[in-house]
Amino acid sequence: MDTAVRDKVKVEIEDLSFYYGDNKALKNVTVPLHDRKVTAFIGPSGCGKSTLLRVLNRIYELYPGQRAEGRVLIDGEDILHTRQDLNLLRARVGMVFQKPTPFPMTIWDNIAFGIRLYEKLPRSVLDGRVEDALQRAALWGEVKDKLKESGLSLSGGQQQRLCIARTVATQPEIILLDEPCSALDPISTAKIEELIDELVKDYTIVIVTHNMQQASRTSDYTAFMYLGEMIEFDVTEKIFTAPSNKRTESYITGRFG
Amino acid sequence: MKLNRMIYKGRKGRNAVFLTLSTLAAAFGIVWLALILYSLFYNGINGISLKVFTEMTPPPGEDGGLANAIFGSVAMSFLGVAAGTPIGLLAGTYLAEYGRYSWVSGVVRFINDILLSAPSILIGLFIYVIIVATTHRFSGWAGAAALTVLVIPVVVRTTENMLLLVPNGLREAAAALGAPRSAIIKAVTWRAARAGILTGVLLAVARISGETAPLLLTVLSNQFWSTDMGGPIASLPVMIYNFAMSPYEDWHKLAWAGALLITAAVLALSITARILESSKRS
Repeated sequence: MDTAVRDKVKVEIEDLSFYYGDNKALKNVTVPLHDRKVTAFIGPSGCGKSTLLRVLNRIYELYPGQRAEGRVLIDGEDILHTRQDLNLLRARVGMVFQKPTPFPMTIWDNIAFGIRLYEKLPRSVLDGRVEDALQRAALWGEVKDKLKESGLSLSGGQQQRLCIARTVATQPEIILLDEPCSALDPISTAKIEELIDELVKDYTIVIVTHNMQQASRTSDYTAFMYLGEMIEFDVTEKIFTAPSNKRTESYITGRFG
Repeated sequence: MKLNRMIYKGRKGRNAVFLTLSTLAAAFGIVWLALILYSLFYNGINGISLKVFTEMTPPPGEDGGLANAIFGSVAMSFLGVAAGTPIGLLAGTYLAEYGRYSWVSGVVRFINDILLSAPSILIGLFIYVIIVATTHRFSGWAGAAALTVLVIPVVVRTTENMLLLVPNGLREAAAALGAPRSAIIKAVTWRAARAGILTGVLLAVARISGETAPLLLTVLSNQFWSTDMGGPIASLPVMIYNFAMSPYEDWHKLAWAGALLITAAVLALSITARILESSKRS
């Protein structure tokens, strides 16, 4: 953990437990997320990594019977506090989902929707923000002539980059990526991984992935979870070359999971 | 292998029986529909002329049309839909978006289902008691109110169903941008369900355009041209009822023409609804 200490911590997850009804899906998880670094969460299906992600923007609150216990400090402030405004939290903590989810509106509107929620901008400024977001998601070149077409007309990989652009456009501090490439072909996946390398200069990124090569390629830190528990957290290189926990080692080498 | 073949043969036989029964049942239904449509067109087409749209309902033995009844039907249906659609849309939205997991929704849904299948004459009686009896007059407003009560449950039901078809992933994606619930509904889920919701409204129009019982109890009818919604006005279904029961041959002809008009209008609406729905899928 020596190298880990050097980077500034953006999010401190402390003693976090999560329940789906009576089912405890996260068991007293403690893990830091470093500022402007990529942290990857790996582990077999059902280990709680997506659940953990869904706590960070409290998107789970959309559904009844789901609750979190413990503390999640973003810049020292506990976002699990009941006084936390959920919409403001989600404007700070953006999220991209496994399945691309373009809204049923034009490409331009897809990006502008999030911006206009919190900012009242003249059209020309808004146009600039839309272009900038699409540039950052490496999509501008492909869509600049069809901004008025439906977001649904794009290919799967383009749709996912549209979703990333949409998230970036609202200028969050943290971006959560929940298996963003699992529905995409290898070329689209490569594009998104390049994008992550670019985005991490400005954003704290958390990625959940089933793909261990992806975790090792894209992340600075990696956390291995199993059955709702945090088994091991360290710099990515260490996790993939010299893990200190036996279960981490057997998962990485493909002996289970 | 021999045993297997026996089982297969038996299954094939049962399949043939089942297929025959299903086909006959389907044919039985379609034949009646075809006969109804045939007699409607056969008897109605002779009555259709320009006069139907320009002249008033006549006394027996004289020439005339259905202009007053067409106007009354269109006006009352329009008011019923205009009043019932926003209420139904908002209630359906509550059921699918805000109150999806609450017990209140369960109760509202149950009551709505009862309202949906309530005999329309009961709705007519209800409006008679609360409006006609208290104002002491039959009126177009009372008729429009009865039609509104008929429109609401149809729109509630289709709105809720169409919104439930919108994947939760879209709601999550919008919420993840920091959108409050109202913005998610307005910009995303209503938009995603737009074609389906519109179809529901068209179906509601189709449903009320042939209603007779609630209008008999609330508007009566009117032989003359009247645009005064505060008094009795003519409507196609009530006119058909009155004219068809009469002993006069030319009234019968007009009743057939009116029935054909309603059927054609409902057919046009249903086809529009179908087209909208298929354009949503593509």
